Amino acid sequence: MTDIVLDINNLVVALGKQPGASRIIDDVSLRVAERETLCLVGESGSGKSVTSLTVMGLLQKGSLIPTGGSVKLVGEELLTASDRRLRQLRATRMAMIFQEPMTALNPVVPVGRQIDEVLRVHTDLDARARRRKILAMMEHVRLPDVERIFASYPHRLSGGQRQRIMIAMALVLEPKLLIADEPTTALDVTTQKQILTLIRDLQRDHGTAVLFITHDMGVVAEIADRVAVMRHGRLVESGPLDGILRNPLMEYTRNLLASVPSLVPRAPRQETNEPVVLEANELCKIYRERSFFGKAREVPAAKNVTLTLRKGRTLGIVGESGSGKSTVARCIVRLIDPTSGGVRLVGREISELSRRLLQPHRKKIQIIFQDPYRSLNPRVTIGESIAEGPINYGMPRKEALSKARELLELVHLPVDAISRYPHQFSGGQRQRIAIARALALDPEVLVADEAVSALDVSVQAQVLDLLDEIQKRLGIGLLFITHDLRVAAQICDDVVVMQHGRVVEQGPAAEVLTHPKEAYTRALLDAAPGRGWDFANFRPVAEAAE
Amino acid sequence: MAIETLPESSLPITTPLRPRFGFLASTPIMTAATICLSLIILMAIFAPLLAPHDPVQLAPSLRLKPASAEFPLGTDAYGRDLLSRIIYGGRISLLIGLGAAVFSISVGLLIGLVSGFFKWVDAVMMRIMDGLMAIPSILLAIAVVSLSGASIWTVLVAITIPEVPRVARLVRSVVLTAREEPYVEAAISLGSSLPKIMWRHLMPNTIAPLIVQGTYVCASAVLTEAILSFLGAGISPETPTWGNIMAEGRAYFQIKPSLIFWPGLLLSIAILSVNLIGDAARDALDPRMKQRGAGK
Repeated sequence: MTDIVLDINNLVVALGKQPGASRIIDDVSLRVAERETLCLVGESGSGKSVTSLTVMGLLQKGSLIPTGGSVKLVGEELLTASDRRLRQLRATRMAMIFQEPMTALNPVVPVGRQIDEVLRVHTDLDARARRRKILAMMEHVRLPDVERIFASYPHRLSGGQRQRIMIAMALVLEPKLLIADEPTTALDVTTQKQILTLIRDLQRDHGTAVLFITHDMGVVAEIADRVAVMRHGRLVESGPLDGILRNPLMEYTRNLLASVPSLVPRAPRQETNEPVVLEANELCKIYRERSFFGKAREVPAAKNVTLTLRKGRTLGIVGESGSGKSTVARCIVRLIDPTSGGVRLVGREISELSRRLLQPHRKKIQIIFQDPYRSLNPRVTIGESIAEGPINYGMPRKEALSKARELLELVHLPVDAISRYPHQFSGGQRQRIAIARALALDPEVLVADEAVSALDVSVQAQVLDLLDEIQKRLGIGLLFITHDLRVAAQICDDVVVMQHGRVVEQGPAAEVLTHPKEAYTRALLDAAPGRGWDFANFRPVAEAAE
Repeated sequence: MAIETLPESSLPITTPLRPRFGFLASTPIMTAATICLSLIILMAIFAPLLAPHDPVQLAPSLRLKPASAEFPLGTDAYGRDLLSRIIYGGRISLLIGLGAAVFSISVGLLIGLVSGFFKWVDAVMMRIMDGLMAIPSILLAIAVVSLSGASIWTVLVAITIPEVPRVARLVRSVVLTAREEPYVEAAISLGSSLPKIMWRHLMPNTIAPLIVQGTYVCASAVLTEAILSFLGAGISPETPTWGNIMAEGRAYFQIKPSLIFWPGLLLSIAILSVNLIGDAARDALDPRMKQRGAGK
């Protein structure tokens, strides 16, 4: 039996001290042993982050209060520990890394000094010894050119490097417990893979216990020894990784796993000879940075992008952040003007049209955005939002509102939603509303710019089903932009892979995602977390092939 | 599967746009400020009913009388009833305050919206605004009044002009951030016309800060009017305004200090109340301030 590092027993965290106060965390018990990684999984609002903050003693004072249970770190009770003691324990016994390394680091202090601060406070090493230790730690987290990075400011480093700095800072005093709160969610898949490997290796070397919080089942499959599933502040079930993935006992866990889209592309649909609704020809978007001295610098965000979309088909654009996929989408919808190249919408060239001439063509192409919380005007009712488009194109108000009602039904929302405001809806519901708004103009092409990326997996699956259903019913062409290869595999007929503003590879999804020709596509696929698991069927992919 | 359910329909359908007026009585001081301001406004509206005498009727025989039953605050150097003059004076002062707030906000809102949305207008407009802000507002007001002659309208315009750039810059900054919101881009792709986008999607964002800015403009306009009158550049001396009464009383300060004291007191109370209400409105309408309050 290995040592238990973190022992949470019947923890209750309530919103205020009154006995009737609602419980954010309700009777949660967890254990993490030395050298073990416990993955805490759950959708947004499940209480997984609150649990970790309780352990660190970082709950917002006065609003969230632990009212019952115990949290023991190597036998020491944390809930009753003084602030002073907690401060000592943080960094020396337990440490935390966060989702967004840019906001967790101080932007005006070189990263080396920030790590040094931890050592200055908690050890009595002299300056030279501290520096040696930090440089060693930085090499340990596989940062290149450590001397230079030691003196660099956070904005000079890439996202992955910053997260490495955070890990170095967390582990420099060799804590017993590392809490990682969605540490790779903000990173690209290839970087994510490196960070996950790094955490694994460091854990092996130092025997750290890791409490890893994530919503991504793929990441769970990569890193977990044991898994605990949370929902609405309660523990649904917990157990070893293999058990949870193969034989989940609870209905909720089954559903959660079943919603994870598979990396294996869906069966290809019949090739069609439907007319082409959207064509981009050698589309370029170049940003010119004008500087005061010297000559202008040119930053190509998209270069010579050519793609074709037929009626009733789905074309996916996949790539990491900065690959130019969103730029292409925005050029096509003409939210920004392309520098050169053409966009042909239902046989009509629209890239050169002026604002006024473009007006009649706008209705044929509509866009759905990533963030459902910002894509609807908070001060306008749902009905007015949906009716706005048709009214712009001359439909009488009354007719437009009754059309809005029909569309709400189409996206499976109650008709009485029409007179409500966006803040009364959840993220998934808002995304449905955004889809209804886009459909109100009967477009030929729907552009979905990371439209499901901000949603929880179960909601994501529902929205993907909805898009599929709508496409079948209305026969619109769907241009689907995503960084998530799993999503792309499930919804796209054809895929375009982009990197650094250029198209790397394109072809049928089944072809590109199973037998990639280019090295970059292969690297992307390799980095996709949990690629070895077919979550929805509760078995490894290898077994499915047998 | 987590089938999404709508939030209970008993939820009140509220709009974040509708300001809550609870802040007007949130603390004893706020209650006092609200009551004081309401009383002063009522006093100005019902001046003809409240004033015991005609505020402009000269009566040389009754010069500088002390307080008495007939003249509760005494008379001024021309024998006019001081109380009546103060009551009537509130009309002009408050009208100027309110007028300056409304005009500067309407003009500033228009300029701010347009220059926040069009880059080329922005470059020109903001330089003009910078230019206006570079001139001290009192000097600008005196120049406008002396060029066009003093009347209530010219004074109003003279006070409004220096306030416009402040409002315009505020609106512009709000518009610059709001226009990046996806719902504005969605409106563009829905084919909404520019005026519609501005009015429906951008303008509502500016209302909360504008209400706050409005109270500041109001307070400073009342003060500026008093200063202009005091300097003799304001509305003609026979019309009672708080500033005029004080300007005339200046000469007799040693004989009868109440000529300056009473209008000055009312002016201070009015400005203090408006400023307090403005501060509270900012706290109530700015969600970030609200969070800070909750974190205490």
